Amino acid sequence: MDLVFKALADPSRRDLLDRLRANNGQTLGQLCERLDMTRQAVSKHLGLLEEANLVATVKRGREKLHYLNPVPIHEIGERWIGKFESHRLRALSDMKRALEAGEE
Amino acid sequence: MGKPSFVYVTYIRASAEKVWSALTSPEFTPKTWFGTHHETDWKAGSPWRLVFPDGRVADSGEIIEIDRPRRLVLRWRNEWKPEIKAEGWSRCTIEIEPAADDAVKLTVTHQLEGDGTKFIEAVSGGWPRILSNVKSLLETGELVLKEKKS
Repeated sequence: MDLVFKALADPSRRDLLDRLRANNGQTLGQLCERLDMTRQAVSKHLGLLEEANLVATVKRGREKLHYLNPVPIHEIGERWIGKFESHRLRALSDMKRALEAGEE
Repeated sequence: MGKPSFVYVTYIRASAEKVWSALTSPEFTPKTWFGTHHETDWKAGSPWRLVFPDGRVADSGEIIEIDRPRRLVLRWRNEWKPEIKAEGWSRCTIEIEPAADDAVKLTVTHQLEGDGTKFIEAVSGGWPRILSNVKSLLETGELVLKEKKS
């Protein structure tokens, strides 16, 4: 779990996870597009995310595809969120999203 | 077929045989798959169904590949929600590989044969809970999520 928190502590790595959430299964090249980071830096961040099991990879031909793996985050949620709290928490975050979207 | 829609990975401190059994045996399956059980003879080419306790069929399909306790490939279609069933067939691959420290790496990939988003949405919510259940059942003997949420 230390690895997960360490991996999530960096905004660039969270940005990479956001990109995979929006479009899962990208190559390193695709992830580097429209990013102000060198290919080397992105590759290093992906390595840390993979080590924390937040990114899973599959090979397809010569390509390596990167996927957001939400299982460790799910386990963190289960550790601290009770079974009956999840509905209330969802209602609260839906409300927050709706209210904040209105202000943009 | 295109690329997988999602890839889920978890590491479990248990033998490959135990993980396989937690995912497939009649003893464990209702605990890890929210009350449902498999109906199949676990042979390549055989029909496969996931059945609710009241007998309704949740999902159905066919065993494409089976190599206990390493690899299971299922052709899979939803049967109980018309809008999801309409999206047609998917392919689910479950792989169990040795990892460090007496643990195994469990990988689940799922991909739809055609287009659509509802099926992947439905299974992508379910799989992390099934994987957590298998992990906690085998590592602690307790289940985290006993019943399926709506």
